[in-house]
Amino acid sequence: MKTARKIWAWRRENGRVGIRNHVAILPVDDISNAACVAVANNIQGTIALPHAYGRLQFGADLDLHFRTMIGTGANPNVAACVVIGIEPGWTQKIVDGIAATGKPVAGFWIEGNGDIATIAAASRKAKEFVHHASEQVRVECDLEELWIAAKCGESDTTTGLASCPTVGNMYDKLIPLGLYGCFGETSELTGAEHLAAARAATPEVREKFMRTWQAYQDEVIEAHKTSDLSDSQPTKGNIAGGLTTIEEKALGNLEKIGRKVSFIDVLEPAEAPARGPGLYFMDTSSAAAECCTLQAAAGYVLHIFPTGQGNVIGNPIMPVIKVTGNPRTVRLMSEHVDVDVSGIVRRAMTIDQAGDALIDMIVRTANGRYTAAEALGHQEFVMTKLYRSA
Amino acid sequence: MTTPHLLVHDPKDNVGVVVVEGLQAGTEMLCVVTHDDSDFRLVAKMDVPIGHKVALRDLAPGDTVVKYGQDIGRIVEPVRQGEHVHVHNLKTKRW
Repeated sequence: MKTARKIWAWRRENGRVGIRNHVAILPVDDISNAACVAVANNIQGTIALPHAYGRLQFGADLDLHFRTMIGTGANPNVAACVVIGIEPGWTQKIVDGIAATGKPVAGFWIEGNGDIATIAAASRKAKEFVHHASEQVRVECDLEELWIAAKCGESDTTTGLASCPTVGNMYDKLIPLGLYGCFGETSELTGAEHLAAARAATPEVREKFMRTWQAYQDEVIEAHKTSDLSDSQPTKGNIAGGLTTIEEKALGNLEKIGRKVSFIDVLEPAEAPARGPGLYFMDTSSAAAECCTLQAAAGYVLHIFPTGQGNVIGNPIMPVIKVTGNPRTVRLMSEHVDVDVSGIVRRAMTIDQAGDALIDMIVRTANGRYTAAEALGHQEFVMTKLYRSA
Repeated sequence: MTTPHLLVHDPKDNVGVVVVEGLQAGTEMLCVVTHDDSDFRLVAKMDVPIGHKVALRDLAPGDTVVKYGQDIGRIVEPVRQGEHVHVHNLKTKRW
């Protein structure tokens, strides 16, 4: 059965559906941030994506850097992309990766040119791209053509009672229709890893999930911990909100994936899903900006973020819809809330009704409504780094 | 339905979550189990903030705290029914 819900969105050259129409100015490396910011200041309708890395990385960490850069430029919410790096080699590699989508992309490098000439040339190209992007029109698309990721933050006990089950209800309704979903937060499944593993679609996927989760325990937690992590997991905000242990936090977190769907693959950080429509697990940090940046780089165009205490996270290219079930957060931080499901804890709203309210907000956001995070200017773009550079 | 003070995920749970602001000691709470919508009454023995947990029965050091029908850690200080359960008397079994 197909849903009757339609959205108005941009169909990109590769057939993917985008719900924003950015012209991104993407730095290959930290030292090209200044040039990118200058171009974005020169040309209206562009957005610079400064970040901290891109020099002297190697191995899996360098692979992740390229995957994140190329994936960000390739995201369907980006209509066209200017790439600026210090030198031509890595710049061209990222340009070529983005060009595979068929969208307009151009690279510039600073060595031998200097910032000022680079900024001038890149600004001229960015202006051309803005004219191109601003003439693309929205077309009617099916709601379930969207790729929608989820991650929760500043969680509390209402997250597991209300906002995470709301997201799970949405996934239960839309994934069977053809939606791509994604959850991550490897560390924050600790205590619920057995329940997560049981939701893998096949024994092979289950084994891949447990390998990924165990590697995080062994290579990150056990290798670096100096305490029981009770100052970090749960966070101070989680504890203020009533969450006591990582197990309790994880069980609430997992409510996001609903009751019915199984996940069909385990993705590397920023890896694009390749097994068709369905729910995917991605190996990510549980830090909000890192997780959102990786999911956007994997191609997800919209993010649903359940929060208890009121995490204010946004992303520069992927709208982030905030859902809360905490009546105190609604009272004190309403400007950050897109979907108020606090009726659930008053028993005045069912999970099913909350899921429908979220789907309504997804349609409105896809059609152009700014999320709270967009209106408030949240553009957190944070690369994940696996280890120290060479 | 009257607005509940406390929600319990699963019939097996031995803690519930306060879902109203400003809950005061002595309040006879309406407690609802979300799994089956059954309800019961319990007196809060302390002021407990919204989102925080209350013990549904007496708990002794070494007891497992159950929420969502699952293990969420172990009790390290004695807790009486109706008292606040949090970082001062409940610890993770992980890490």
